[in-house]
Order: sequence, then C-alpha cells, then structure tokens
Amino acid sequence: MARRLINRHPGRMGIAYLGLLPFVILIFLYATGSALRLADNPGDKLLPGFPAIAEAIVRVAFTPDRRTGEIVLWADTAASLARLGMGLAVATALGLVVGIANGIIPYVRAGLSPLVAVVSMVPPMAVLPILFIVFGLGELSKVVLIVIGIAPFLMRDLQARAEEMPREQLIKAQTLGASSWQIVLRVVLPQMLPRLIDSVRLSLGPAWLFLISAEAIAAEGGLGYRIFLVRRYLAMDVILPYVVWITLLAIASDLLLRAVNRRLFPWLEAGRGM
Amino acid sequence: MTQVTVRDVWKEYDGNVVIERVNLDVAAHSFVSIVGPSGCGKSTFLRMLLSQEIPTRGEIRVDGAPLPPEPTEERGVVFQRYSVFPHLTAAENVAFGLEVAASPLLGRLFGNRRRAVLEQCRAALDAVGLGAACDKYPAQLSGGMQQRLAIAQALIKKPKVLLLDEPFGALDPGIRVDIHKLMLKLFDETGMTVFMVTHDLREAFHLGTRLIAFDRYKTRPEEIGVYGATITFDLPLDRASAREKGEALDELQDKVAVQPA
Repeated sequence: MARRLINRHPGRMGIAYLGLLPFVILIFLYATGSALRLADNPGDKLLPGFPAIAEAIVRVAFTPDRRTGEIVLWADTAASLARLGMGLAVATALGLVVGIANGIIPYVRAGLSPLVAVVSMVPPMAVLPILFIVFGLGELSKVVLIVIGIAPFLMRDLQARAEEMPREQLIKAQTLGASSWQIVLRVVLPQMLPRLIDSVRLSLGPAWLFLISAEAIAAEGGLGYRIFLVRRYLAMDVILPYVVWITLLAIASDLLLRAVNRRLFPWLEAGRGM
Repeated sequence: MTQVTVRDVWKEYDGNVVIERVNLDVAAHSFVSIVGPSGCGKSTFLRMLLSQEIPTRGEIRVDGAPLPPEPTEERGVVFQRYSVFPHLTAAENVAFGLEVAASPLLGRLFGNRRRAVLEQCRAALDAVGLGAACDKYPAQLSGGMQQRLAIAQALIKKPKVLLLDEPFGALDPGIRVDIHKLMLKLFDETGMTVFMVTHDLREAFHLGTRLIAFDRYKTRPEEIGVYGATITFDLPLDRASAREKGEALDELQDKVAVQPA
C-alpha cells in the first residue's frame, strides 16, 4: 500500500542529492542570467560571468595591493575577525557572569534583571551614532556595538537556563556542605558552559550583522567595509566572492563552536543512544 | 544517635492550610515511613525537615537544636530524580561533598589529595554495588544505579538524618527488592535516622521501624484550604505484632490506595 507523504523518507543519497539540488539550480539560473546579459552587453557589471569573478578573486585574494603591499582579502578578514572575536569574547564573558548571577542569586536578580530586560529591547543600531560619538570611529565603537547587540541576549538566555536547573541539584549541593560560591563554581558553571556556547552559536548571525553594519558606516578596512566600498563601482565580481567568503567564515565558526562543545563536555553526549 | 522532635507544625501557602498540628517524637535510629494520599502534604513535611521550606508555625528540633533555616550537611537527601550531578562521574559525584569541605575556595582537590579522596569514593561506591561504574556519568547508569549513587553521595557526609523523597518510586519491582536490602543494610550500619516518603505501602512496612500516615480529616470541597492534613496514623512497626500490622495494612490500603507517583 502506498504510504502517506509524511511517512516517506529519502535514502542517504536521496538526501544528499535533494540538498544539493537548490544550490545547483541557483548557480544554473545565475549562469544563464549572466550569459544572457553579457550577450546583450559585454560590459555588463550586474551579473559578471564566472571568468570575471575568478579574475577578481585572484586580484583580491592572491595579489598584493600595489599601494599597501597587503593582500586585500586577508587584511580585511583579519580586521573583521579581530573585531568579531573581541566583541564575542567580551559579550560571552558578560553573558556568563551576569546570566549566572541573575539566575542563581536572588538579590542580584532583583537589582539587575529589569535593567538587562530593558537594555535588550534597545535596537543596537539605534545607539550606533552614540557609540561613534562617544568612542570615536575606531575599533572600540565597532566592538562595543557587537557587545551591546548580543550580550543582553546571552545574559537573559543564560539566566533562563540557570533558573531552569532542577531545584533538587541546588538543594543536594547544600546538603553536601557546599557554599553559594562552591555551588556556582562546581554545579552551575560547568552545566551552563555548554549552554553558553550554544547561545553564542545562535548569536553569530546577529554578531556578523552588527559587525558589517558598523564597518559599512565607518572603517578603514574589513569585509563589510570592502563590499560597501566597491559597491560604488558596481563591482559585483568582488562583492559576490566576499559574500560567499563571509558565509563560509560564519559556517566555520559555527562548526568550530559545536566541536568545542562536544570535545569539552563529554557528559552531554554520554548516555545518548542508550 | 539522633532524635527528632516536631512541635505543633503548620504550613500554609497563600492562606491555604496544607499541614496542621503535626506533633512527632522520633527516637534515635528510627526509620520513619511516611505514607498518605497524593497532595496530603507528606512531601511538604519532608521539605520542612530539609529546611527547603520553613514551617509557618511550630518548631522542628534535631537533637534538641532548632533546625537552621537552610539545608545543611547534617541532613542528607535523596530525591526521586535529579539527585546526582549530570556533569560529574559517579566517583566525582561522591567526592563532591568531601572536596567542598576540604577546599573552600575552589571546591576541588588536585593531585595526591584528589586521588586519595577518589579512592575513598571508590570504596563507598563498592559498598552500594557500583564499584564497576566509578567512571561513568549518571546518564550512562540505569535508574536503580543512579539512586544507589545518590545514596552513596549523601552517606559520604555521614548525615545524622537521611531524607528520602519517593527514592524508589520510579524503579522496577525487581530492582526495588535489591535496593531495599541495601537500604536496610546501610540503615543498620550507620545508626542514622531516616525519613522516607513513599507511595508504596509494602515498601513502607518492609523498611520502616515506624509508620506514619498523613491525611485530611475534613474533605468537603469548602473545607480544603481551611483545614490541612495531619498525622492520622502512627504505628511503631518494630514493636507491633503481625496482627496489628495486618490490620494497619488493611486500614491504610483503603485510604492510601496505591497511586502512581
């Protein structure tokens, strides 16, 4: 008898093919569109052909710049990743400390939780002008934007996770003689770290958004700066590879964090599949 | 040897009386089984013994001293679930209580001292039949093994009073029999006083030296909240004759119809 649609599953290869199919279609559509436009006007810049894109990649990724001697793509990548890394590190540290304190210590929660709730509602891009005025147009304002953008989310998420911990564990730790500090250090913190890393993974998207926005508005280098700079020349042959590169970096950082979680916290996986 | 006295204890939530007029004198080295229908406040009573909750009125004393207002080392506990730390191995779970006592700042020992403590914990795990599971995480243990671990973890601190909140309620009958034997052995060896809340009357009779039942004595809908539950039945199992036990079982079976946890 024919099964219902919801009960039919593709095989291993089927999953691979079906997953690849949309990408293939997109590339095919682009190639067709590009070929049509180029046939019409060989000077078209909107949908450059693959040879033109390859040429641009060689230029930005493998050829030193004539004026600075730097390879543009790597210099941009280094600048952007430094900002992103710093912003994420500060936001993560703040999220961890404030989140756990809010989740576990009622007096801290009473004092800080409303502030965090309000701050998390402020649209970060709206305070970017203030950051530029206060911290100048240098690195600091971009890092602070990332921090303001994602730290409140991390704090609230971690607070919720800490509050979700079974009461029994905190009681049990007390009957074993642990102080508040020891409970935080040995019971709460180790169980919050993997959740924190998961939350940071979810924050990567917004973090990139804030980074590229800040770079687009005021910077002297960086991936976001570059694509907004070459936009003036309709340089799609540079913008498209940059977008792909940023996407790859985002995927890589996500995979990296996932691997860290599995590596550092074996007890999470333990017992699965039993 | 630890005596527990409960004097006129009441517990109210938002003006609703849950427990009222509880008086109890528990002799040293007693095993008190607490039974009663669901929602009759027996777990609330246990949480008050633990200082997880504070009586609205009345007083509980352990060896003559009033209970401190928060959980302490003198009262160990095993819950039905979540009694052990999922991120620590079995041996580390048992070591926790010793490590926090020895290292106030980090709550953790290193090097030789850590090895010595873990060795001690291995012995403790051996005693509850978990010798082979020292390095496993709780999620890798069966329900019965997790409860054995929770017991070993609590006993390493040598508590005066051990509180058990339906500790074996989620276990299969066969596994329960084994863990009952273990519990009785540990009770004889340690000299502590045990309070155990259970839904299982046979378990209550089998393990306890004394059986108390909580129940409401006023059950009309408009009376709930105004009147709470209290101790309606108190039988010294260690001194009762077989006939008394049989009658008690019959009587309780009507009231405390065995209900799923």
